[in-house]
Amino acid sequence: MYRLPRLGKSLSIAKKDLKIYYGKGPVVIFGILLPFFFFFAFLVGRKMPPLSLIAGLSGMAIWFTSTSISPVVVPWETRTKTLERLVASPISVTEMLLGDIIGSITLATSISAVTIFAVAAILGLMPVNFLTLLLGIVLASFCFSAIGVLISALPTDTTSDIMMLSTLIKFPLIFVSGIFIPTSNLPGWGTMISRFSPLTYFVDLVRFSFSGSGSPWMDIGALFGFSLLFLFASDFFHRRTLLKRL
Amino acid sequence: MGAIEANSLVKDFDNLRAVDGVTFEVKEGEVLGFLGPNGAGKTTTVRMITGVLKPDSGRAYIDGIDVTRDPIGAKEQIGIAPEEANCYIDLTARGNMQLAGELYGVPKKKIKEKSIKLLDEFGLLDRADSKVKGFSKGMRQRLILAMALVNDPPILFLDEPTAGLDVASQRLIKERIKDLNDQGKTIFLTTHNISEADKLCDRVAIINNGQIATIDSPEKLKSTIQSTQSALVSFSGNGLSQDKLKYLKDLETVEEIEKEGDKYRLYGLDPGEIVEEVVDFARSENLKIISLNTSGPSLEEVFTHLTTG
Repeated sequence: MYRLPRLGKSLSIAKKDLKIYYGKGPVVIFGILLPFFFFFAFLVGRKMPPLSLIAGLSGMAIWFTSTSISPVVVPWETRTKTLERLVASPISVTEMLLGDIIGSITLATSISAVTIFAVAAILGLMPVNFLTLLLGIVLASFCFSAIGVLISALPTDTTSDIMMLSTLIKFPLIFVSGIFIPTSNLPGWGTMISRFSPLTYFVDLVRFSFSGSGSPWMDIGALFGFSLLFLFASDFFHRRTLLKRL
Repeated sequence: MGAIEANSLVKDFDNLRAVDGVTFEVKEGEVLGFLGPNGAGKTTTVRMITGVLKPDSGRAYIDGIDVTRDPIGAKEQIGIAPEEANCYIDLTARGNMQLAGELYGVPKKKIKEKSIKLLDEFGLLDRADSKVKGFSKGMRQRLILAMALVNDPPILFLDEPTAGLDVASQRLIKERIKDLNDQGKTIFLTTHNISEADKLCDRVAIINNGQIATIDSPEKLKSTIQSTQSALVSFSGNGLSQDKLKYLKDLETVEEIEKEGDKYRLYGLDPGEIVEEVVDFARSENLKIISLNTSGPSLEEVFTHLTTG
């Protein structure tokens, strides 16, 4: 019997995640400090236009924050033996994963929004399309959090395994997503790969939100499409691997 | 239809058949003990009945709900303290109760009231706002049971509820299990503790090699093993001489004698007759009997008999 996912159950999971996991060290280190240090290490000694700065920093902030905890919640719960409790409860796998994603979105959206608007103020930039920027932040948080949850489908209870896999995906994508180098300056193969990175579309959307030039629809559509793709992929793979964890 | 029904459940893992055609029914208000050696298929069976695992074939029903077709509907009818499951150590006891209640769709106000009542019943109310991290194993186990009751389920699945606990926690949990059964709840108790099953359960199912070896009331199961009926006797003085021991061994009603400390266990088909003969023997030899008891086979012996072939 198919039941539609109930938002209330997912919100309970999200609340639990926020209380338990999002005050822990990795969030601060991987979600807040690392993107800043990484970005400033690249920035020092180079002259970059403010628009590229804000787009790059926004991309880094939201990418790292969204993927800081979302990949490790399920392995963590496997290790602490709380996953069986959830599986035995009257909630579906979809509701459980949506809860993990909502928890991650909540944190990523709030931290990224504060960061982006603070840095924009320092740089003297004002978003031309405020609502588009907000929509972009929420969509990107959803999409990147779903990537994090998808990574966690690997049936392991060792968080370091997941962190390694996550790092292997996270760092290369930064270089092909127009954060440091505009995608138009990348070689042909780089441009091709960048089209498959959802981060590219968010960086592009931030540029649009602050400059007003171009059209946001392609970026919004791509982020929306990627979000659904990663959500369904997470659901599919977690259903296949969940019982191997018990 | 019973409160819990398993109908020809089968589950394979790779090339191994973990559960092989398990069938049984638990009646409403009954306590069923589920025993079996390690690797016998207990956990797999429970996981299939509780909707955690899909059977390869066969059906399980909870309160008439087909668990495979509607696992969420079936799970809503039960409270479960799963094997190895834990509570969230970074949440408070109250936080854990709240999460459990929300997952079972209990209204907020009711969760609050129930949490206070259950934490009080399980002796945890004074630690309600402490993080579970600082709780002992016994306190965590009591919390897990309290969490299983937050939705006031008619059916409870308890997996090793007293394993590794101190005597006081064990006693509290056993008393609560009895109370819950008195309130009409159906209880499915998986345990390794045979004396616990003997005391708490209306019926006991023993699973071995993925199949139900037997299912019956503890007393009926014990009566199936006649050969282990015995009389236990202790005489004053420093034990029996070889001659006297030989005399007892040669009694028609006695099949075997074992020394147990300062006592002698005399096995035979009719312990009543053994008692009469032992009393006659004591009189004739001018021996004083310190104690004399008859005993049937224990549930442990039934378990060993059935699971070791």
